[in-house]
Amino acid sequence: MSFPTDVKYTKDHEWIKLVDGNTALIGITDFAQGELGDIVYVDIATVGKSLNAEEIFGTVEAVKTVSDLFLPVSATILEVNSELENEPELVNSDPYGNGWMVKVAVNNPADLDTLLSAEGYQKLVG
Amino acid sequence: MKNTPFTHKHIALGAKMAPFAGYNMPISYTGINDEHATVRNNAGVFDVSHMGEFIVKGPQALELIQRVTTNDASKLTNGKAQYSSFTNNEGGIVDDLIVYCLEENKSYMIVVNASNIEKDWAWMGSHNIHNAETHNISEKTCLLAIQGPNACKIIQQLTDVDILNLKYYTFVRGVFAGVSNVIVSATGYTGSGGVEIYFEDADGNADKIWDAIFEVGTPLGVKPIGLAARDTLRLEMGYCLYGNDIDDTTTPLEAGLGWITKLNKPVAFTAQAILEKQKAAGIQRKLIGFEMVARGIPRHDYLIKDAAGNNIGKVTSGTQAPSLNKAIGLGYVTIENAALDSEIFIDIRNNPVKAKVVKFPFS
Repeated sequence: MSFPTDVKYTKDHEWIKLVDGNTALIGITDFAQGELGDIVYVDIATVGKSLNAEEIFGTVEAVKTVSDLFLPVSATILEVNSELENEPELVNSDPYGNGWMVKVAVNNPADLDTLLSAEGYQKLVG
Repeated sequence: MKNTPFTHKHIALGAKMAPFAGYNMPISYTGINDEHATVRNNAGVFDVSHMGEFIVKGPQALELIQRVTTNDASKLTNGKAQYSSFTNNEGGIVDDLIVYCLEENKSYMIVVNASNIEKDWAWMGSHNIHNAETHNISEKTCLLAIQGPNACKIIQQLTDVDILNLKYYTFVRGVFAGVSNVIVSATGYTGSGGVEIYFEDADGNADKIWDAIFEVGTPLGVKPIGLAARDTLRLEMGYCLYGNDIDDTTTPLEAGLGWITKLNKPVAFTAQAILEKQKAAGIQRKLIGFEMVARGIPRHDYLIKDAAGNNIGKVTSGTQAPSLNKAIGLGYVTIENAALDSEIFIDIRNNPVKAKVVKFPFS
């Protein structure tokens, strides 16, 4: 299981990574995809919306389960990873890379400091 | 929580384990889609030893079975099996089950769902007014399902009994992998062919048979399969799952199980009069299969609506179907909405998502 150090983690098993200014990518962790199993659908209908930290921004469906996706920090949803429309299994094969789920504009980049580090998250799921 | 005689094997294989019907059961090993495809294309092995087995014996055996089951067990001859159900006094389904005729008029085995063993045993006991001899052998009986188009061919080398020519819903008893008195039954819950084998948990039989199957099977791609893929496999076929699609409040007629509900048996079964009445009056709701037309995956308990937004029923099972690359489900709808090709809407997170009624098996 991998825990990259260039992203921040939540106890709800999402990761967030600042890519440019206040723009960030969000996905689910390697641990989460392993627990869910084969991902078959990522349903996100919140593009354009401004949501608070811990609000639900979408759902991820495995063959047998449905899980809500929680926003790590307050942000506006800019874009959904359109690759997931036809290849939701990217979330399984590359959870921190091509399996990203949404691009957002975070309200305050400093909010990321309140999230878990790789080490902290590894302890949580370890 | 109870273990099956194979629980240590599942854990050693790294299976994802979870409690099911009081047993520590394997949910998946390599991933649902991979396991599902293995059964559809080759062969897979399921540990379903959690299921229940009752023996009913003696001159009153058939009479008892006829009185508590909906199908006509008098049609059974030695070596034949029959899908059937117990119904309660209101016509609801106590359980769905298989009756095996070990010896005509003398000895039968009834195989029931793990979650219903105690309820079924009590139900059968309460109707045993002529004192047929009954034994609950669930705890000491192992059950492995070896399913898939190549299953019979692969395991034929472990036994002298003819598995390859075994007809659907028949069984034989013999020596399998050196273990005697194994029942090999051409039944299953996947729609991909294969057998289910029953044997006693004694003298290391469980390890002996499991190891023998994988010794010949592993080089040929045989894999262990968990309960998750068991569910997607059965759902693609439209087979009912007790507790989801059928329960104490649904009748066999509503569930599309009229074919195992014989209303003209020499011995009437519980609730036969009620079901006769329901048949004459016509059912008000029906278990249907549907596929999603718009994007979305149906799940247990989602509401079903008509185009006007009226509630017309509920989803009882749903999944993304691994072999079909589409989302499918089962659910009860009002009879007016049950015809093939009817347009229905599944309420997914408060959005009505279009679906249509289709026939079984899903395709």
